[in-house]
Amino acid sequence: MQPNNDVKWMTAGESGLAGLFTLAVFLCIIAVAKAEDAPFAFHATLAGFASLAAVFAIFNRYFDRASLPPQEINGRPNYNFGPIKFASFMAMFWGIAGFTVGLLIALQLAWPALNFDLPWTTFGRLRPLHTSAVVFAFGGNVLLATSFYVVQKTCRVRLAGDLAPWFVVLGYNFFILIAGTGYLLGVTQSKEYAEPEWYADLWLTIVWVTYLLVFLLTLVKRKEPHIFVANWFYLAFIVTIAVLHLGNNPALPVSVFGSKSYVAWGGVQDAMFQWWYGHNAVGFFLTAGFLAIMYYFIPKRAERPVYSYRLSIVHFWAIIFLYIWAGPHHLHYTALPDWAQTLGMTFSIMLWMPSWGGMINGLMTLSGAWDKLRTDPVLRMLVVSVAFYGMATFEGPLMSIKVVNSLSHYTDWTIGHVHSGALGWVGFVSFGALYCLVPWIWQRKELYSLRLVNWHFWVATIGIVLYISAMWVSGILQGLMWRAYTSLGFLEYSFIESVEAMHPFYIIRALGGGLFLVGALIMAFNLWMTVRVGEAESEVPLSSGATLQAAE
Amino acid sequence: MTDHDDNFDHATGKTTTGHSWDGIKELNTPLPRWWVLTFYACIVWAVGYWIVYPAWPLLWGYTTGVAHYSSRADVAVELANLEKIRGDKMVTLGAAPLADIEKDPALLALARARGKTVFGDNCAPCHGSGGAGAKGFPNLNDDDWLWGGSLEAIHKTIQFGARSGHANAHEGAMLAFGRDGMLKKPEIVTVANFVRSLAGLPTAAGYKAEAGQKLFADNCASCHGDAGKGNPEMGAPNLTDNIWLYGSDEATIVETVTNGRTGVMPAWVGRLDPATIKALTVYVHSLGGGQ
Repeated sequence: MQPNNDVKWMTAGESGLAGLFTLAVFLCIIAVAKAEDAPFAFHATLAGFASLAAVFAIFNRYFDRASLPPQEINGRPNYNFGPIKFASFMAMFWGIAGFTVGLLIALQLAWPALNFDLPWTTFGRLRPLHTSAVVFAFGGNVLLATSFYVVQKTCRVRLAGDLAPWFVVLGYNFFILIAGTGYLLGVTQSKEYAEPEWYADLWLTIVWVTYLLVFLLTLVKRKEPHIFVANWFYLAFIVTIAVLHLGNNPALPVSVFGSKSYVAWGGVQDAMFQWWYGHNAVGFFLTAGFLAIMYYFIPKRAERPVYSYRLSIVHFWAIIFLYIWAGPHHLHYTALPDWAQTLGMTFSIMLWMPSWGGMINGLMTLSGAWDKLRTDPVLRMLVVSVAFYGMATFEGPLMSIKVVNSLSHYTDWTIGHVHSGALGWVGFVSFGALYCLVPWIWQRKELYSLRLVNWHFWVATIGIVLYISAMWVSGILQGLMWRAYTSLGFLEYSFIESVEAMHPFYIIRALGGGLFLVGALIMAFNLWMTVRVGEAESEVPLSSGATLQAAE
Repeated sequence: MTDHDDNFDHATGKTTTGHSWDGIKELNTPLPRWWVLTFYACIVWAVGYWIVYPAWPLLWGYTTGVAHYSSRADVAVELANLEKIRGDKMVTLGAAPLADIEKDPALLALARARGKTVFGDNCAPCHGSGGAGAKGFPNLNDDDWLWGGSLEAIHKTIQFGARSGHANAHEGAMLAFGRDGMLKKPEIVTVANFVRSLAGLPTAAGYKAEAGQKLFADNCASCHGDAGKGNPEMGAPNLTDNIWLYGSDEATIVETVTNGRTGVMPAWVGRLDPATIKALTVYVHSLGGGQ
């Protein structure tokens, strides 16, 4: 783009972004001055400092750099690993933060005194902090890191955009910061998994569209004739999350200088939008996105071809088409019309095999390499994650059946189901991917310790089993207590009696969650040592761009 | 033939599609037969379900399905069944005098069943799910009653509460003798020890029984009675029975006398219907200590 002479120019991106962030600094100062409430002023202050830091960072980089990083070096792609390193680090950081808060709220349910009688530490505020931290902060950063890595490697080109990839990872984590501190300060629009208020939503929209553009433009300039299956899933995840975010979050702020807003939807329409969003956040964020991870990291780690190309196509399109209809199964036996409940349930049943298509492809890729499960705990983690995926995607359709749902809905069974998917599938596939990715992008020969991976695997697996079996028993017990009637048509048990009955299971659940957290701490130590003291890989021609990464 | 060799996977005996991304290839495996058949079966089942049940929205209305199922109609049937089981009995319960309910076994069973349910959802948060109470919240299983333990007295307490703000509520509170300057700190300690002695509890060293008795007679006896036996008319607890609402140690009694006690029992009239309040009355009365 720049004339190839000795004069150094700022790129349009550098000057444009620097200008926009300078403008943002001034807007933030005005927002702080006119803020209607303290949390808004706090967030505007954070945004102001972040914008200022961005301006400095852009100029710093400009003065430090000679020219822009080349697309290729010696005919090989000069991969952009900087943003991937950052997102990997943040994934581990938010993962531990999110698991810790999860453990705390699990303990609060067993011992309510741990709410500490402070508004900031009550279950009501910490619960969304936990869900957002694990789903969007941990899972989101894993998806950012792996998608940026996979799309480069399978397209054999450097990531599109110069500052854009950094804008995406930094901007996304700034969104997490605003969302999380907002929850603690009581800023929420009270929509499950979509709690951030209007200004955080707007910022996320900008970041997400940039993410989509970076990903799409990298695909466009690919050096491979075909698009690899993982990239279909990543693209479906990015596009659908954008649609869901825009569909669920239209809101009118009470004041442009205040944090409170009112969502456009109301009544049962709001509920329907909410669960169309909520269920497909599971479908496209936690399923499609992580299936993409599976499709790259399992064949790569097992050094085996993907089991079936045909199955990958058929189950991809079947998932995309069917998932989007399944949301109403969250609203069985409510004011939602019967016909919508029927559609939600039947589409959930039809979704069973398409979901299992991914499981078959993940597991059967091991054909001819099953022996590696004995020796490679990272591969074992990846494969067990697929087993949990298969279990959760069988349990989901089962729970969507109305008669089953009448027992399971509103009980701990749902929590157990979510966590067999979240801890077993999303957690383990993410851990497996990070165990692969960290040595690759930091150019290390291998992980610091495979023994520690083995420990992580077993400690976390026992934790998951304790967690989900406690929640199954507790959920079914709860459901049975709630529906028990006396011969005179009165409820057999009061609500408080069912709460008392949950107590032992809440303790077992917290123990399981605690083990899962211990596993993650072992992992963080292992990855840290891999980067700090791991033996550098000697001759890696493909990643010779690494030395230039430092300039970024 | 070189193409064939490149695209042949020896471990599985299958060919690949011929593409390779970062070293990853894909096998030409056909769809697993059981997978396809199960997928079709799920689709067939779904279509069958759509035919039977309400399923697809139309411009005005929706397909009702051959079963003409409606969850609203279902609920109506269930409520009608419930009405059959106990409908007129609840009316009878509402009309019956309290004393008669306990004489009619069927009515008593209905009242206790209804009362137990309502107690669990409304009273248990303070009084405990078994009615055993907690600090500041009376135990309902014993025969010690602040405002009386007869059916009528319990009925009045549940309806209007104590210090609830309702016009008919029980009034009268333990005064804040210390905070309001009626007694000095040493006097409060003395009278607290006298109260402990009433219940047969040991007193502190140096405690003067006569001074305590005089302080009690001057300040406390008007409500709690000369002998400290209490007065349900004013909600003044019996101090001799060793049943304590807030605690029997000296420090707690000193706190009680210093700052008074004004615990609230809400009024339930208007929140629960009259028949339900009657059922609750009979249930609480039957918990163990009804008079």
